[in-house]
Amino acid sequence: MKDYLDQLEAEAIYILREVAGQFDRPALLFSGGKDSICLVHLALKAFRPGKFPFPLVHVDTGHNFEEALTFRDNLAEKLGERLIVRKVEDTIKAKNLQDGKGKFPSRNGLQTYTLLDVIEEFEFDACIGGARRDEEKARAKERIFSVRDEFGQWDPKKQRPELWNIYNGKIDKGENVRVFPISNWTELDVWNYIKREQIELPSIYFTHERECILTEHGQLMNVNEFVQLDADDVIVKRNVRYRTVGDMTCTAAVESEAYTVDDIIMEIKETKISERGATRMDDRVSEAAMEDRKKGGYF
Amino acid sequence: MELLRFFTAGNVDDGKSTLIGRLLYDSKSISTDIIETLTRQSKSTGVDTEIDLALLTDGLRAEREQGITIDVAYKYFTTEKRKFIIADTPGHAQYTRNMFTGASNADLAIILIDARNGITDQTKRHSIISAILGIPHILICVNKMDLVEYKKSVFEEIKSDYLKFSKKIGLEKISFIPVSALAGDNVVKSSENLAWFKGESLFEFLENVPVAEENDQKEARFQVQYVIRPQTDELHDYRGYAGSVLSGSLRKGDRVQILPLDVSTTIEKIEKFQIELEEAMEGDPIVIHLSEDFDVSRGSTIVKLNELPNSDNFIEATICWMDNKAYQSGQKLLFQQNSFRSKAVIKELEAKIDIHSFDEVPSDGTMNLNDFCKVNIKTAESVSYDSYWRNRKTGAFILINENTNNTVAAGVIH
Repeated sequence: MKDYLDQLEAEAIYILREVAGQFDRPALLFSGGKDSICLVHLALKAFRPGKFPFPLVHVDTGHNFEEALTFRDNLAEKLGERLIVRKVEDTIKAKNLQDGKGKFPSRNGLQTYTLLDVIEEFEFDACIGGARRDEEKARAKERIFSVRDEFGQWDPKKQRPELWNIYNGKIDKGENVRVFPISNWTELDVWNYIKREQIELPSIYFTHERECILTEHGQLMNVNEFVQLDADDVIVKRNVRYRTVGDMTCTAAVESEAYTVDDIIMEIKETKISERGATRMDDRVSEAAMEDRKKGGYF
Repeated sequence: MELLRFFTAGNVDDGKSTLIGRLLYDSKSISTDIIETLTRQSKSTGVDTEIDLALLTDGLRAEREQGITIDVAYKYFTTEKRKFIIADTPGHAQYTRNMFTGASNADLAIILIDARNGITDQTKRHSIISAILGIPHILICVNKMDLVEYKKSVFEEIKSDYLKFSKKIGLEKISFIPVSALAGDNVVKSSENLAWFKGESLFEFLENVPVAEENDQKEARFQVQYVIRPQTDELHDYRGYAGSVLSGSLRKGDRVQILPLDVSTTIEKIEKFQIELEEAMEGDPIVIHLSEDFDVSRGSTIVKLNELPNSDNFIEATICWMDNKAYQSGQKLLFQQNSFRSKAVIKELEAKIDIHSFDEVPSDGTMNLNDFCKVNIKTAESVSYDSYWRNRKTGAFILINENTNNTVAAGVIH
């Protein structure tokens, strides 16, 4: 009997190879976060000694952590793989869009524009992403090969049946498929895999001292140039780490003393709060926030 | 740690989502922030329990509004012994295709029966679908035991009724457990209320039920997904066939047949993650090198010379029609088995299977959403296959509408 991590790994590699076999112009969406770093690791296992049959694509919101960006550039260079970066900043200017407003100005909705633009620019027919079904309940419903229309929209009522390990990636020109090879992994699976494979990560996943605003919901938000500071803000210095690496404006840090991957695994096993619940401000809007964003073309 | 995939079938009325909610809740797989959200939502749906556990799995707005499961939701939990992947599938007849989808690669089916109602049409439908899909193990959870005063006689009667029925449809490995998902009886721990039941609790059962299909004993089957050709100076002649071992095992030096090309050669080298292997086992994602250069491409099947599969352009199969639009005679289709694709047409609709009795009725030439039919398919290229009930990996296929690109049917080869 194979270990469950071997099975999850084999499933992900099978899916990556199906993408390579079925599509003309795939791309791997790479953010510098742990899930997409795992995807890159899996792609190495799937395609070496060959090159990746796809470029790495990053939609840079301009609110990303410096550590994640540096990591992204170094990794692409080390592997000798092509990296395409498109900036939300440029989309805002070109399309004359309204930038995020308020105390924590989010570009979460805006990045969908840039994503759709980059898909159009390079005529990508498949975009591989690191989304997992355990993250959120709309994601729990999405197929591994998720067909999107010309506007990138997900229609949960029109999902193709997806049986056994048979993936139907047939589409018309202009449409694209979002592919999620680690759909069946949980946060803990990802960390156990990172440990087993000794995968390197950006430093912000591990504990460090940071100046944060303590919000009214008890979340710790990084003090940075994009966040509007008010006189009555409570600024604290804490030992924190990030569970997800999203935008600095909508991703909260968690208090942590985790110096190593083992520490992190212990911490996740004991925590009572979910990954997105602990860290994401963008999901708190409504019960169907993720479903609605996906219908609009988001990942 | 092992991985077990199971699906649950039944209606919200049978307490299916509540049962899953209970498994997640009692195995501490739900975080406090999600419980808080649920508590808030439960108040707005007005269900008369502390937390409406069904809200955990019904992730789409339409599902929450209608109070039913429409599409498959995947949920995960882990114990000391195993990681579990649950496909939570809808019970209503109109969503049969979604159930078929979620059930397709499960190791185990959990079918819920409401202790007050006994076996219903739905129980029969779910069991028959499980039989068609060759699910290795069936667990019947007789739920809502609290509403029949935890009576042993109720449980025993349902059990004997079901065994009579299951014999007819050919299900073999069946287990029975009485539970109350709502009250938590016999879900994680055995319950005082069900003291007469000497078997395992649901949780214990899930941790101990054998997973292995023992496919290692089966014939070696490998299909090419992608050809790796780096075409660099130092790897100029490198030509590796990437794919997974679907069943059985392959060794370096094995004499093999390439299908549908129908030529034989020898395995020169097997690599897994750029490390050479003497032998690759079922499930291994590998790269194969052959000693001679043939036109091997995506969809080619590699088997051992002395273990040939069937190879034919005509296929007899049972299919589930999954398109909203009814089948049209002569419709142009694509046949897909793993990575192999070929143009295909349905030559003959032989019979329709009554999904509540398993009886076959002669086809009237129509095939509508959720219909199960025995069909004869003709493919443009020869398909290398095994009977599905012998090998789930090489006996399963889907049909794609060439015009709309939709997956319109899924089938198992006889």
